[in-house]
Amino acid sequence: MFPGIVRSSSRHLPCRRSLMTVRDALNSAIDEEMAADPKVFVMGEEVGEYQGAYKVTKGLLQKYGPDRVLDTPITEAGFTGIGVGAAFQGLKPIVEFMTFNFAMQAIDHIINSAAKTYYMSGGQIAVPIVFRGPNGAAAGVGAQHSQCFAAWYGSCPGLKVVTPYSAEDARGLLKAAIRDPDPVVFLENELLYGENFPVSSQVRDPNFTLPIGKAKVEREGTDVTITAFSKMVGFALKAADELAKDGIKAEVINLRSIRPLDRETINASVRKTYRLVAVEEGWPQHGVCAEVCASVQEETFDYLDAPIERISGADIPMPYAANLERLALPQIEDIVRAAKRACYRSK
Amino acid sequence: MTRSTVGSLARRLFASQPRQAAAAQAPDAINVEIPVPFQLHLLQEGPARESVTSREELVKMYRDMFRIRRMEITADKLFKSQLVRGFCHLYDGQEAVTIGMEAALTYEDTVITAYRDHATFLGRGGTVHECFAELMGRSTGCARGKGGSMHLYKPSNNFYGGWGIVGTTGPLGAGLAFANKYEKKNNVAMAIYGDGAGNQGQLFEAKNMAGLWDLPLIFLVENNHYGMGTAEWRASKKTTFYDRVSYIPGIKVDGMDAFAVKEATRFAKEHCLSGKGPIVLEADTYRYHGHSMSDPGSTYRTRNEIQGVRQERDPIERIKKLMIKENVMREEEFKAVDKEIKQEVDDAAAKAKDDPNPGEEELFMNIYKNDSGLKTYGCDRNMVRVQLP
Repeated sequence: MFPGIVRSSSRHLPCRRSLMTVRDALNSAIDEEMAADPKVFVMGEEVGEYQGAYKVTKGLLQKYGPDRVLDTPITEAGFTGIGVGAAFQGLKPIVEFMTFNFAMQAIDHIINSAAKTYYMSGGQIAVPIVFRGPNGAAAGVGAQHSQCFAAWYGSCPGLKVVTPYSAEDARGLLKAAIRDPDPVVFLENELLYGENFPVSSQVRDPNFTLPIGKAKVEREGTDVTITAFSKMVGFALKAADELAKDGIKAEVINLRSIRPLDRETINASVRKTYRLVAVEEGWPQHGVCAEVCASVQEETFDYLDAPIERISGADIPMPYAANLERLALPQIEDIVRAAKRACYRSK
Repeated sequence: MTRSTVGSLARRLFASQPRQAAAAQAPDAINVEIPVPFQLHLLQEGPARESVTSREELVKMYRDMFRIRRMEITADKLFKSQLVRGFCHLYDGQEAVTIGMEAALTYEDTVITAYRDHATFLGRGGTVHECFAELMGRSTGCARGKGGSMHLYKPSNNFYGGWGIVGTTGPLGAGLAFANKYEKKNNVAMAIYGDGAGNQGQLFEAKNMAGLWDLPLIFLVENNHYGMGTAEWRASKKTTFYDRVSYIPGIKVDGMDAFAVKEATRFAKEHCLSGKGPIVLEADTYRYHGHSMSDPGSTYRTRNEIQGVRQERDPIERIKKLMIKENVMREEEFKAVDKEIKQEVDDAAAKAKDDPNPGEEELFMNIYKNDSGLKTYGCDRNMVRVQLP
């Protein structure tokens, strides 16, 4: 299986690239996996006739019919349980949550009926299901529609949790998730759906997958490591551009996978740079960054030249007013400031 | 009035209509009457009031029910001697429900139930030894000792457990029915839950989707009238469960009569497989034990009530009386069978007691099916780190 690691630096690239949106990446991934395996089906609110609330499932109903693309009533607990039950019997459901905020109504099925089952049954019943949908903040959608669930799902053994950033991530990780025999929580980001990314012909190949559990070094550096996932990867890359102007070469790691977390890549990077800024959009307490920090201080303590920095969402419910929302979410300047602090370069 | 109009008038007058009994009767067929009428919801006709059985089936049903009874009584003793830990929910009194239902199903049909699952596991072809070993947390248990009493599984016979969260069997069972329909199998799924679960929102969600998508799904309510310590009339505004939704038909059946359950299940299976969508069966049954081994079961119901059911409605006594009346077995033969099965159950317990605990490596096994390269940790991260190949 082609690993699909492509550096996004401006070096000459061996294959022709073109642009693809994250939305099209997800759509094409689902389409190809449904074509390849008749056991794969999609269910969720508005996935069929509406073409998907965010158009991720556009065209699939027309192509595969209502037996394989199911519009569900607004009953998350019920339809998630149905998806899990179907997976017990070997079907491969892709359950879409319109946002992961609504998945809280179904979280018992995700954890107690899906995640724990293979273990609890002594290896008799596997649950090859994907739970996917937008996660985290959008723009101005308020407190009930903006929560990031990466840390909650990421703490649960039995689940795999992935967080794509680019179109390549979206394609490779979703195809891997659909093919994976275990329950995968696939956390997308609404604001990334329309973003274009260059993709190579290898990424477009129907057999392109990315390994779940491996992070990607998006940008190499020597002075400070910045870890991020999902939308924050874009912010971290822009922060790295800013830092470069001040002569600080930041290494940006796109986690891609929250569980399993790629501790090797993170720690190998800190052994090179001696400094770490961990970034996430979600709440700080017990967040993903807390686990990254813990891992680095356990494994790479002797290499650290500065305390680990965390940039996360503010410890508040999400406010609506645009100026307050901006203050509640990490901005590029926050990452730059934290990196400079780690380098003992703050004013 | 012509004969046909008299006939149709008679049919309209009587709630529970006898359907055609099994077409060709074998020469040694035994007809069993079902005395308690079926109560129907959204159905013009109900299950047959007469079940056709055979010596062979009667003997099997008796043996299976008696085995369950002995297994549960023995589980009680094992729990009291602390060989079984945690939760232990016993099924004695309810034997006719699982054995009656299995008489009308095959192992190609799917069954899912909640935590009172020892008997359901046996009905699906599990062995007493596998059950006891699982209860005692041994590696020979049906879930390798990693599930426990509430998590018995036998997917090879389409038994999907064994669930601890009340109400989840509704949607999960609907998923199993969905899979049967998706794969064009001519089989039903049976989603079992209790009266205590009957008010769960997710059940209504599952019923809506099952009805909307015509899923071949039988919802079976094992109504033993007590949700833990709460009598049904204290928990439910409406104390019947077969007629809870206005768009899914239902049948209430005497759950202490194995043949009533058999005929109701047969009717329900035909209903589902003829494309009519889901159906609800409510089995009026009773558990002799408390909710679990932590509950004496006598603080919220009287001993008179429990004794009364034992004397008047015990499902095993009932089938025994029938078999004696039909000259299937004599009293002495029953004694011999009882002794044999008691020995079988005692041997299974003794064997399970001697079985080994799971090895320590089991701690980190089966977290994922695809776990190659998995790294994980024990309680002391510095001491116990596991990397699977």
